[in-house]
Amino acid sequence: MTPPVALVTALAPDPAGVVAAARIVAAPDGRGGTALPVLEGGGPFALRRVGGRGAEARVALVGAMSAPLGGDRLTLDARVEAGAALAFSTTAATIALPGRTGAPATYDTRIDVADGAALRWLPEPLISAHGSDVRTTTRVALGAGARLLLREEQVLGRAGEPPGRLRSRLTIHHAGRPLFDQELNYGPGAPGWDGGAVLGGHRAVGQLVVVHPAFEERPMAARPLGATAAVTPLAGPAVVVSAVARDALELRKVLDSWASELNDVIRAF
Amino acid sequence: MHLDHPDTYPHRHTYTAATPTRPDGTRRALRIGLGGPVGSGKTATVAALCRALRDQLSIAVVTNDIYTREDAEFLLRNAVLAPERITAVETGACPHTAIRDDISANLEAVEDLEDSVGPLDLVLVESGGDNLTATFSKGLVDAQIFVIDVAGGDDIPRKGGPGLTTADLLVVNKTDLAPYVGVDLEGMARDAKAQRGELPVAFTSLATEGGVAPVRDWVLERLAAWAAA
Amino acid sequence: MSTMSAALLVLADGRFPAGGHAHSGGAEAAVKAGRVTDGASLEAFCRGRLHTAGLTAAGLAAATAAGIDPLAVDAAADARTPSPALRAAARRLGRQLMRAARAAWPSPELDALAAALPRGAHQPVVLGLVARAAGLGPLAVAHAAAYEAVSGPATAVVRLLSLDPFEATAVLARLAPELDAVASAAADAAGAALVEGLDALPAPAAPLLDITAEQHAAWPVRLFAT
Repeated sequence: MTPPVALVTALAPDPAGVVAAARIVAAPDGRGGTALPVLEGGGPFALRRVGGRGAEARVALVGAMSAPLGGDRLTLDARVEAGAALAFSTTAATIALPGRTGAPATYDTRIDVADGAALRWLPEPLISAHGSDVRTTTRVALGAGARLLLREEQVLGRAGEPPGRLRSRLTIHHAGRPLFDQELNYGPGAPGWDGGAVLGGHRAVGQLVVVHPAFEERPMAARPLGATAAVTPLAGPAVVVSAVARDALELRKVLDSWASELNDVIRAF
Repeated sequence: MHLDHPDTYPHRHTYTAATPTRPDGTRRALRIGLGGPVGSGKTATVAALCRALRDQLSIAVVTNDIYTREDAEFLLRNAVLAPERITAVETGACPHTAIRDDISANLEAVEDLEDSVGPLDLVLVESGGDNLTATFSKGLVDAQIFVIDVAGGDDIPRKGGPGLTTADLLVVNKTDLAPYVGVDLEGMARDAKAQRGELPVAFTSLATEGGVAPVRDWVLERLAAWAAA
Repeated sequence: MSTMSAALLVLADGRFPAGGHAHSGGAEAAVKAGRVTDGASLEAFCRGRLHTAGLTAAGLAAATAAGIDPLAVDAAADARTPSPALRAAARRLGRQLMRAARAAWPSPELDALAAALPRGAHQPVVLGLVARAAGLGPLAVAHAAAYEAVSGPATAVVRLLSLDPFEATAVLARLAPELDAVASAAADAAGAALVEGLDALPAPAAPLLDITAEQHAAWPVRLFAT
């Protein structure tokens, strides 16, 4: 694995902190491919267009090695316009680290996928280091015929250390209606997070959300996958694979195998 | 809160067995509960009743297992009814709660069956094997049968208990075993009479061809009375 | 609207005949997996459930009680329930609660929801409407929803482990201050949702509850429906 990018949670004396934003807009290039009319990074974000495949444009977020300092508020906006296809990844895990003041860091992602557009959103995990405090929100608005593959992974603590505080909310709207809304809340100050109802000693947790219009007509059946993962159809044209695992590698193995299996399902539509 | 609009309550539903009609106005099925101790032959009685009556009546069964689905699966394996006519209700380890104190899941099951395979003439609601105090709520069933067997000991009728004394029909099953377990059937009948007064008792041997006949006849009488009411 | 009302006691009574007794709230699966073995692990389980599924349910119930369109809250409940086994259970319990509540507190709002969703609305949505029919406010019904989130598993574990019932009740008593806090947070969020929309309602989730619900639904032999 590539070395993780530090996301320092708190912050230099400056109470305003640094606001860093990145923006991606993907649109059809008129020749059957996808152009990136907007690709703006800032602060710790550096966005690169990397080799695409077919109609899909690929963007990688390269974490600049100077970590965000102070009461940083990070925002990432992505819009995929009708007829465009975008894949997004990060080059390394994001690691939340403690800062000097104990103030939380925030990381807000806004994603808009138009009807007839496709997005694969596959960042590396977010690692919550001991003593850190980070709040992330990811809000996704999907048009009626939008396609989405989204992976989200959280790792609680680096190897051998207890985790920091991590609050993470993922909200997906489809055609204006709520499709998926889930907040995960772990670490010191999150009551009961490590009990038998929530994580039960597991230290990596993640999910794969797949939205495809064909699920409307041909929903998948729910399926437990061993004792720590399950494939569940949502009340809409979508499937979620949820998993808990001992560590990031084990988690990725489960999610990757399902990413390829669900890919096969979608190709068969 | 809405008391200023009394006319919004055209009909006061009770949502229980006390209402003899379904929401669409048609008459609902007669509901008969079967309770009794574990192993006395409740499921066997249900199976025998289904076989004896399925050619003349539209029947469905709801089971309330202690471990969910055991009894339902027995009935399915023995193919006494089409699978869509048999439903199991989970009871959270308390079968008597599901038939007496909180009958909501059973009422849902009965009404779902009427909606999906109806119209029905008869719904049999089988309790999970429980103790001698188990009775069905009048909000769930119109009549109840309590099933005991001779192998359980001939002192059961003497001991009584609400299930045994108040059931509309007491079935004493496995009479064929009486000689082997040293049970005095006449004594059981006397004790039952002392506990139950004029309420009927049927002695059955389901192992015998046509052994369920006394129970079948009693059910048909109840059904005639229900249809005439 | 008054918070302290005997109607709340009637509604939150474990003997209220709305089907809760057949549900363990994930405790049966947690016992089988060895994650709940005694009073301490029951407490950790209940604490986690309270602050996840309990807070989510309390927010949905409070929002409905506050007067937000029950069908919109029902859609928000679907989005917060990724497990189809748990969605089905929530709708079944909603129907059972609807039946009991229409007998206890007849109301045109309950009739209208029953007509709109004959297969059942999510239980917290029905609970919120029942609160309106019973003259209870969002905070009161949030208490009822939060309490249900832990009382069901505690009772189930008494049966599953033969746990000392006094110990299970002590767990619930120790959680009482957190129940109050969760109910307040849910009622506050319902107030915010009136202004900002339903995304303002909490959505905390418990991965193991969602994952094990699907396994449990596939068990051939089980004591509880969930």
